[in-house]
Amino acid sequence: MSTPTNESLDVFVKGLWRENPVFVMLLGMCPVLAVTNSVINALAMGLATLFVLVMSSALVSLLRNVIPKQVRIATYIVIIATFVTVVDYSIQAISLEVYLALGAFIQLIVVNCIILGRAEAFASKNGIGKSILDALGMGIGFTFALLCLGGVRELLGNGSLLDINILGPHFEPWSVMILPPGGFFVLGAWLLLFSWLKERSERRKTEKEASHVG
Amino acid sequence: MSDDSLGFIFLNACIINNFVLSSFLGICPFLGVSGKYETASRMGFAVMFVMLVSSVCAYFINTLLVQLDMEYLRLICYIAVIASSVQLVEMVMKKYSPALFRSLGIFLPLITTNCAILGLALFQTAKGYNFLECVVYALGAGSGFTLALVIMSGLREQLSLHDVPSIAKGAGLTLMVAGILSLAFMGFAGLGS
Amino acid sequence: MEQQAIPAAPVANPRKMVAVLSGVAALSGLLIVGIFQFTAPFIEANREAMIERAVFKVVPGGTEKQVYGFDENSVSPDPTAARFGDRFYAVYDDNNTLKGVALETSGQGYQDVIRILYGYDPVRQVVTGMTVLESKETPGLGDKISKDPNFVANFDALDATVDPGTGDLAHSITVVKNGKKEHAWEIDGITGATISSKAIGAMMDQGLKTSLPRLLPHLDKLKKAAL
Repeated sequence: MSTPTNESLDVFVKGLWRENPVFVMLLGMCPVLAVTNSVINALAMGLATLFVLVMSSALVSLLRNVIPKQVRIATYIVIIATFVTVVDYSIQAISLEVYLALGAFIQLIVVNCIILGRAEAFASKNGIGKSILDALGMGIGFTFALLCLGGVRELLGNGSLLDINILGPHFEPWSVMILPPGGFFVLGAWLLLFSWLKERSERRKTEKEASHVG
Repeated sequence: MSDDSLGFIFLNACIINNFVLSSFLGICPFLGVSGKYETASRMGFAVMFVMLVSSVCAYFINTLLVQLDMEYLRLICYIAVIASSVQLVEMVMKKYSPALFRSLGIFLPLITTNCAILGLALFQTAKGYNFLECVVYALGAGSGFTLALVIMSGLREQLSLHDVPSIAKGAGLTLMVAGILSLAFMGFAGLGS
Repeated sequence: MEQQAIPAAPVANPRKMVAVLSGVAALSGLLIVGIFQFTAPFIEANREAMIERAVFKVVPGGTEKQVYGFDENSVSPDPTAARFGDRFYAVYDDNNTLKGVALETSGQGYQDVIRILYGYDPVRQVVTGMTVLESKETPGLGDKISKDPNFVANFDALDATVDPGTGDLAHSITVVKNGKKEHAWEIDGITGATISSKAIGAMMDQGLKTSLPRLLPHLDKLKKAAL
């Protein structure tokens, strides 16, 4: 698939779906479950993570030939923690309400395995352009996954999307969806759906091949 | 029960606001190493140990930072302290208790990126606990984490013997079970009042 | 994993390791201090606006506020009073007359500690409003303490008369079952959020009983302080 011409496109696209950090690689689950009880929280968290991911990937990639191998993890963590602090203060300055809703999870971006994972597995081995593309893809994929969860949970748990009532006044909200168990249930349901779709497409393929042979 | 007694802090961290099931901290190891009872309980104890060490370190670091008026360096200091205390624990354990190291050792590097540890440090700072309260809070959070992991591993060991639809094998089913477990833990919420 | 760009360093060079680590640390320190200095005024303004909104919500008609601290046996203007519960806000209108005070209190709710701010009018001796500052109560159930308009309306004029003899509340604030409110000092509870609504009532009762004896004898100080 990755011919040289669309290789960089592929670097970007793979994070969106084929190697989606949440749905496929099951990374960074804590914020995925914790802050997705509404679309706006999910969006804020996704953008904050995207920013940290892109900035730290870029810096790690720039410094990749300078950093000695033995202290690379320590250096990455310092770089990531710096950008998280930057995001932390910026969000406080932009909107205190959003900051209070996300709670400690902004600061916990530091230990989100996606960021350290991309720094170690991709940015430390590739040029800055490619690293930024990779980080953008992964970050957007992560935000997309957060929105998938946040959308379902807010719609079922509150009858609204982005605080705009959608399901009307007669809808009795499923409060459990915005509570902790709802996070587990909705993510579990998405994973079941994806693996069902995958299995079905594989079964079709083998059936087709079988009928072809037959 | 008064809301600031040591017993209540322990109960609160362990059961009412269980780190894994109601605060969503430490989900990665919770999903990753809860397949077998044996590994789950060892991981739990390793986490509890590191929590205790880093909670104490974080308490002193924060006291120092507040005195110097440099709270904006808190996050970076905490993460550095946690990473190095994990390393330290690993080295000390290797030297003085090789048996313990063999059983817990492989989990230690994983713990550095366990958000429950950093979360603990941040929460205790936000709640303004004193030294003793920090220690009790760390013990409570650690036992809560171990409890969640052990219960989950018991359930998953049972489930692995049953015939589940092929699409549900793996993370999907685990998350559903975790949801039910979390629902059960919600029942503890009224304990404090 | 394939290693393309990083040549496997055969021998660690300690000097280089230290140099790189300190370089990165210096860079990050610079960045953090920079952003802290840059955002500090905005954050301060946001925080101030948030407190102001809450204070003017619980003391209707106010346009100006002044932070006071509780001392050993008096009250005094103290903008630096930082400890929750040890400070309160005196609220004035455009003519610099005291409209009321906004007091903080907290207590254990269903899930975790709840912190509230409530207004008190020392002349009419009633609670004039209540807003939840911090709560982790169950969404859809316990969080009705801040979202249910009928419950919040309980605090628009909640009787908190002080008995001149004892200096204590004439009637304790009590939470009754929804629809059973008969007296002005009773709070109509929320069906389905009994524990949370009772917690609010209990912490307000507690807060009034500890704060009013410390506050009411010094009311003159509040009036004079308004310039």
